Amino acid sequence: MEKDEITAGAIVVIGGSAGSLEVILEIANNLPLLPTVVIIIVVHRKIDNDSILEELIAHKTKYRVKEVEDKDAIIPGTIYIAPPDYHLLIENKHCFSLDTSEKVHFCRPSIDVTFESVAETFTSRVIGILLSGANIDGAEGLACIKQLGGYTMAQTPESAGIDIMPKQAISRNIVDKIVEPQDISKEIVQLVTTRTSSL
Amino acid sequence: MIKDEDLNILVAELFEKHGYDFSNYAKASLKRRVNRLMVIDRLPSFAELLYKIKSDASYTVHVVQELTVNVTEMFRDPQLFKTIREQILPGLATHPFIRIWHAGCSTGEEVYSMAIMLEEANLLHKSLLYATDLNPRVIENIKRGFFPLSQMKQYSENYIASGGKKDFSDYYTAKYEWAKFHDRFKEKMVVATHNLVSDRSFNEFQIILCRNVLIYFDKILQDKVLTLFDNSLEKLGFLILGSKENLRFSSIASQYTQLAHKEKIWRKMK
Repeated sequence: MEKDEITAGAIVVIGGSAGSLEVILEIANNLPLLPTVVIIIVVHRKIDNDSILEELIAHKTKYRVKEVEDKDAIIPGTIYIAPPDYHLLIENKHCFSLDTSEKVHFCRPSIDVTFESVAETFTSRVIGILLSGANIDGAEGLACIKQLGGYTMAQTPESAGIDIMPKQAISRNIVDKIVEPQDISKEIVQLVTTRTSSL
Repeated sequence: MIKDEDLNILVAELFEKHGYDFSNYAKASLKRRVNRLMVIDRLPSFAELLYKIKSDASYTVHVVQELTVNVTEMFRDPQLFKTIREQILPGLATHPFIRIWHAGCSTGEEVYSMAIMLEEANLLHKSLLYATDLNPRVIENIKRGFFPLSQMKQYSENYIASGGKKDFSDYYTAKYEWAKFHDRFKEKMVVATHNLVSDRSFNEFQIILCRNVLIYFDKILQDKVLTLFDNSLEKLGFLILGSKENLRFSSIASQYTQLAHKEKIWRKMK
């Protein structure tokens, strides 16, 4: 890849709640290093055990892994994790920002909030993926990604530990592809290669 | 989501007519606040919002309050309060007089948390806690000392996790759905409006706490506010920020050392 293409890479944003951790680790484990891609993960979790998720993922992947701090730069080849008790926003194409405002769907971080913010900034470069969960958070955000030209995926409800979250998105007819957990990383690779070359 | 142009119009209006300067606030969060305001006030368009602001001066106070985030809790991040309790307060005991500034403290939950810890360290009698925020309405709550009773279970757990040894419910009296904290705490508080964007330093402190306020500012404003804190902090004083905020890239960083790797506490060395 040419250097100037780096900023034009895809933004993969993954949202999950109860039952999604194993799928996230599977994606982290299977996904080859795509140097132009930015990966953002939003998972509902308890406030304590702060850095454990970061460590678990870092253990599985070749990407740099970073729990986001205020105004962190968005650097390709990195997996970013939304910190507990903050909403994760995209301030502009180059940096994140954080927000401790009211919970959305009883959640902070909320998947909807990050999905919408990523869609607004990166429009057609976004690949949104919604995983297992017992909450309706994420469906609205995934619809927003779809509406602004991004590509949307949901985990198959049958494979999900709790299927409410993916089902919610699927029922709204805004999911481009319903995918088995073990195939998600393959799909990402394919999308990134085809979409990046068409941009 | 509202457009950038509309946001700029709103920011200009609030500044020119009312003196509230949001121009260096982080845009992503501010836009969400404007959207939320329009939803809760049932305004069908941005034009409607602008008209209300232009035609009704009292509405602006409400707008400023809703554009800023007023989410806080007692002993939030208990580990941080434990560190303050164990590593900072004992050192303050030698001072004849202790001044602490809670900047951007919203409804004051952290000010009361600090007052409780000072009392337990036997320091409250010689302390003054300055509680400031730009919203005149939210700080009124600090003078009253009322907090939702429904939160007390969570706050009590936080308090215990911060190393608190007493029965947390001894610090307040339940009145219907409110917990009224004892007046001896508020007697040690100085409550005032202060806008970090436009107001100056007004005293010198041993501790300044400003948690989850800088995240709403861009880097230029962050640097300006950190300089204001630097000018308001004694040598060897402590600056305490939110758990995802950092001094690292600011112009004052070289004069400060971080207390511990994980804690967002910095000590002024020069």
